[in-house]
Amino acid sequence: MLVCAPLMAAASEAPPAPAISPPAAAAPPDDGQWTMPAKNYASTRYSELAEINEGNVKNLQIAFTFSTGVNKGQEAAPLVVGSTMYIVTPFPNIVYALDLSKPGAPMKWKYEPNPEPAAQGVACCDVVTRGAAFADGRIFFNTLDGHTIALDANSGQPIWNAHIGNINIGETITMAPLVVKGKVLVGNSGGEMGVRGWVKALDAGDGHVVWTAYGTGPDKDVLIGPDFKPHYDVDKGKDLGVTTWPPEAWKTGGGNMWGWISYDPDLNLIYHGTGNPGPWNPDLRPGDNKWTSGIFARDPDTGAAKWFYQWSPHDLHDYDGINEQILLDMDWQGKQRKVLVRPERNGYLYVLDRTTGEVLSAKPFGPVNSSKGVDLKTGRLIENPDKQTGTGKVVRDICPTASGLKDWQPSAFSPKTGLLYIPHNNLCMDEEGVEVNYIAGTPYVGMNVRMIPGPGGNRGAFTAWDIAAEKPAWSLKENFPVWSGAVVTAGDVVFYGTMEGWFKAVSAKTGDLLWQFKTSSGIIGQPITYRGPDGHQYVAILSGVGGWAGAIVSGDLDPRDATAALGFVNAMKDLKNATTAGGTLYVFRLP
Amino acid sequence: MRPAVVMLLLAGLALAACQREERDTRPQSALGSGEQPTPVTTLEPGGQRPSPSDNKAASFEANAFHLSEGKRLFGWFNCSGCHANGGGGMGPALMDEKWIYGSSMESIHATIRDGRPNGMPSFRDMIPDDQIWELAAFVRSLSGNAPSAAAPSRDDDMMAHPSENRMPNAATLGKSP
Repeated sequence: MLVCAPLMAAASEAPPAPAISPPAAAAPPDDGQWTMPAKNYASTRYSELAEINEGNVKNLQIAFTFSTGVNKGQEAAPLVVGSTMYIVTPFPNIVYALDLSKPGAPMKWKYEPNPEPAAQGVACCDVVTRGAAFADGRIFFNTLDGHTIALDANSGQPIWNAHIGNINIGETITMAPLVVKGKVLVGNSGGEMGVRGWVKALDAGDGHVVWTAYGTGPDKDVLIGPDFKPHYDVDKGKDLGVTTWPPEAWKTGGGNMWGWISYDPDLNLIYHGTGNPGPWNPDLRPGDNKWTSGIFARDPDTGAAKWFYQWSPHDLHDYDGINEQILLDMDWQGKQRKVLVRPERNGYLYVLDRTTGEVLSAKPFGPVNSSKGVDLKTGRLIENPDKQTGTGKVVRDICPTASGLKDWQPSAFSPKTGLLYIPHNNLCMDEEGVEVNYIAGTPYVGMNVRMIPGPGGNRGAFTAWDIAAEKPAWSLKENFPVWSGAVVTAGDVVFYGTMEGWFKAVSAKTGDLLWQFKTSSGIIGQPITYRGPDGHQYVAILSGVGGWAGAIVSGDLDPRDATAALGFVNAMKDLKNATTAGGTLYVFRLP
Repeated sequence: MRPAVVMLLLAGLALAACQREERDTRPQSALGSGEQPTPVTTLEPGGQRPSPSDNKAASFEANAFHLSEGKRLFGWFNCSGCHANGGGGMGPALMDEKWIYGSSMESIHATIRDGRPNGMPSFRDMIPDDQIWELAAFVRSLSGNAPSAAAPSRDDDMMAHPSENRMPNAATLGKSP
């Protein structure tokens, strides 16, 4: 009590809460660790550490490096728990524990799950993983061949191993799990293979499946029941996951959950997106194709759906809806609202009321011509008929691309600036729908795609978005798509990486470049920052090019084929001249 | 007499010009031999031994009909879903000079039929054997390994790369003679 008293006094003297801030229950005070890729349940990727700041970041230097031994795309966020760092590699999904309390951070243990090599043949866009999660003394992670594994964080010994995905129907797992109330939430990948999407809750204790919520099909499979109260009429009705499809098409219709989940403990709701419908060729699936390319709010205990909103009904361009959602409380036009902010693949920065699923705002954060806006009365995306794709028809200069104005790469939010820092793409594409046969375990796409740089020629951008003003505060151009995540700190520094391999620190207020370091390979990972056992602040990033954008390098693809890697190679022809594959952890600190 | 000889010669020429390639439009639906005929490596202790060649290979690889059928089936069986139009994606590129499991018709046939351990599925029992040979012939054409007179000369879809009969041989592409 004697210790607490001065702390409480200090807290009462603190400045008033910022106008926009995450709910306290979803973003507790920073303990200097990094236990889940998104930092907290609100998914802010904001660190309260401020030892590294705008003034001294230029002095950052290498603390240590570590080779992951895997030359594929490193999309994962490292974790830091106590004095240990955990990293998980792309296939073959090796987990390393590094001892931060010793010089050079030597390896404490490593765990090799030995996933089936054949899984590499059904992973749509490189053999990536987006990270692990820590809870209750355990590290939880997913393997490409469809296992979720719990390890003892101290010893690296496996505690349970749940086989929940089947590669013979094209199922893989690439997302980072989220642990909520003793449940490990996991979703499948396979939207390019006609895989029916799902999210499962596994018991953190023994790995048994507590509930499964599908992304298509009858209400009982989607866990839609009496509690389901969507905001818009178009989402109300019985078994829409069946009736908004041609007969049986929902069984091979995608709606996978390979992205991010957020959790609001106050409302007891999890939020997760759903991926694109399959196949990509929209002529083969007339209807709204529910519940693909949308977002669900669910009860984490039962999986029961509370509301749903569809970003891209009857998706025409592979606009998966699985990006991160940042949970914030803010004054919205004179009224305090609990909102959810989503920089979406279709190019709009959505602000939703997270209690109801009502769209409050949807403004494009870059060049968009595939649609003409979002009707705020009906919530419906207004498609541009000129950019409508179909069988045997070549439609040119569609912006954004299938990879979206922004793909999976997660943004960061600072309550100090009120800005959302969005790493994203600036690409357009030509598309031609073609016939496709469903053969389980093979691609089910039906679209020829070739991508090109977007307006201005810069293929990537890093944009700071003013959420309250609904417009960008500043934006930086990058030559290649910014395929890395971002992190922002109380020192008003934002970190992100480029596909050439630069790791950059820019001012959170102005975007001015403050420091950069050239790593050994292109960066597509998620930066984190933590307080080391010595009490000092560190910044960590995995370098290693790959992913969909970098598949030309990690998969050694041939740039003479404009349609290689589902068309992405055409926009990345020069990447082989800019970087090579390789997986290395870099950790920085002040001298 | 002389005009008759000329006529005869002309008729002979005309008949010779009518010599068309044989088109086996009713391919065997039965499966081929079940053995793996081709080693996937050139490293053979004691020296390389000749690999058995399959007579299907020679009859399919320069045949325009089989090559065009191979092109159709390449899309039909979703090969293009992984390998795109030869540049690769989920699977490796097929238009370059790199062959992980061998470049011969027999090797490619075995790869499609039996699969390979790092992600190539086995299409055994799914694609009739003759159609696998057609696919193998088309795959070789992507790297310029088919006679330009026989390789497909047009693409009805969005341009991904020049047609197969104009594809340069990947083994010599960009290298000085």
